Amino acid sequence: MTIAATLPAAAADGIGRRAARLLYRNGWLLLILLLAPPLLWLGVVYLGSLFALLLQSFYSVDGFTGMIVPEFTLSTYADLLTAANMDVVLRSAGMAAAVTILCALIGFPIAYYAARYARGRAKAAFYIAIMLPLWSSYLVKVYAWKLILAREGVVTWLAGQLHLTWLLDGILALPVVGGASLSSAYLGTATVFVYIWLPYMILPVQAALERVPRSLTEASADLGAKPSQTFRTVILPLAFPGVAAGSIFTFSLTLGDYIIPGIIGSSRPFIGQVVLQLQGTAGNVPLAAAFTVVPILIMAIYLTAAKRLGAFDAL
Amino acid sequence: MRSDGKVTAGTGAPLGLRLMALGGILFLHVPLLFILLYAFSSDEKTFQFPPPGLTLQWFAVAWLDRPDIWAALWLSVKVAAMATLLAIVLGTCAAAAVWRSKFFGRESLSLLIILPIALPGIITGIALRSAYSLMEIPFSFWTIVIGHATFCIVVVYNNVLARFRRTSGSLIEASMDLGADGFQTFRHVVLPNIATALLAGGMLAFALSFDEVIVTTFTAGQQQTLPIWMLSELIKPRQRPVTNVVAIIVIVVTFLPILGAYYLTRDTHDFSGSGK
Repeated sequence: MTIAATLPAAAADGIGRRAARLLYRNGWLLLILLLAPPLLWLGVVYLGSLFALLLQSFYSVDGFTGMIVPEFTLSTYADLLTAANMDVVLRSAGMAAAVTILCALIGFPIAYYAARYARGRAKAAFYIAIMLPLWSSYLVKVYAWKLILAREGVVTWLAGQLHLTWLLDGILALPVVGGASLSSAYLGTATVFVYIWLPYMILPVQAALERVPRSLTEASADLGAKPSQTFRTVILPLAFPGVAAGSIFTFSLTLGDYIIPGIIGSSRPFIGQVVLQLQGTAGNVPLAAAFTVVPILIMAIYLTAAKRLGAFDAL
Repeated sequence: MRSDGKVTAGTGAPLGLRLMALGGILFLHVPLLFILLYAFSSDEKTFQFPPPGLTLQWFAVAWLDRPDIWAALWLSVKVAAMATLLAIVLGTCAAAAVWRSKFFGRESLSLLIILPIALPGIITGIALRSAYSLMEIPFSFWTIVIGHATFCIVVVYNNVLARFRRTSGSLIEASMDLGADGFQTFRHVVLPNIATALLAGGMLAFALSFDEVIVTTFTAGQQQTLPIWMLSELIKPRQRPVTNVVAIIVIVVTFLPILGAYYLTRDTHDFSGSGK
């Protein structure tokens, strides 16, 4: 009604009108016009860059001049497979796995409460409480933890107030995860990773839990299952695809991150830091490019496994 | 809801679960409060807690003595605005195409749009950088914008496509039957329907771009966006509380659009699928 009212009374067959008719009669033409801009952008700019990068991983760097030799070779990949580099890969993948497990353990109760108990206003508040940290500034969050974990910072003060300094020192003295202070220990790195990626785990798990029909849990109770049995045998298996979906994010994001381990953690490098250093100060773009293939491969394997677990239906 | 009220009531949760959920939410929020506190600390050399004294001087210092902050802030705003504009156009085109018709490779298009945020940011960053250097493009405002627009498209696409899917096709048929041509239908029927989704997607894209640091390190060269400025302060601090003042500015600039986007789409839950 309003549309008819706002139309010009006698729509003359202007160029616009003729163009509109042409597009209407030839649906494919409109489709091409709609598809061309995003396809050109993502296909040419983005995929083009990615392929150029992959191509460079088959080049090598001349040992004397430091120039890139644009000839096909596998020698860069041979350089990649040294013990030191494999250490870096294992360290990054190990951290990503630990962070993923911790996120699942901490995130599940929050998601479970938000999905099955929170109602009305409380539910909206929960939702915002999870969304705001997800979208708030990454660097600000890392910075907050630098304040907290610093040697003279909040955690040390709190331990002193509670007369638990011996416990903190004991934890820091542990092999592997410990260090001089929390801000230079793996433990600190893992804490910050868990903090930053936790919302990415909560949201898919919550969505999966909300899809569990209440009739199923009622049926389980009617058939005599205790609440803990219902949880273990009905809810947990149905929520698992959500955990798998969340783990894609926590794993992938941890695997490629180079800022958090650089600011909070020991000086032992992660994949991202090595790539940054290779393409920056070292100027070895082919090896940097070959290094980026590692997380792509790991993620390809991970995604295949996650797909089997039903993660994509839970996204 | 139904008669099983005692199961659904908010008070039914076991104490342990409530404590764990509350603890998790506190874990997500308390750290940001320390940013606020340390902006007023009179100690500029360390992160001593509790702060030895409280002062307002760092707000004055940030306002008056540090033009580098305001240059970085202005560059970030310009980049985010331009990247958002590009992402709105590209994301809406893609969403309209996917909604309107089934075509060969439709699933692949969705994958292609999600790829820039699904792969670790460092891969996007290094790929763009090596492409720039291969084509001998010098770093500029536009090299940053290209990177940002690439990963912002998905946010607009998700929001707009979700809205399109709830828009009834009969509305458009009715408009056509009443004599409107395609452009008029777009202007008077489609656009008002997707307006809030566009706005929400745009706000999220702005927040995403304003905050981005990983791709930007590779595409900025010597230019400093606000996150790059913060990163350099984190590595080599000058006046630590000034960094906190800037962090507060960043929190405000990103929280407002995020809350705005939430209220624009709260009935529809578009927001949850948007990912980051």
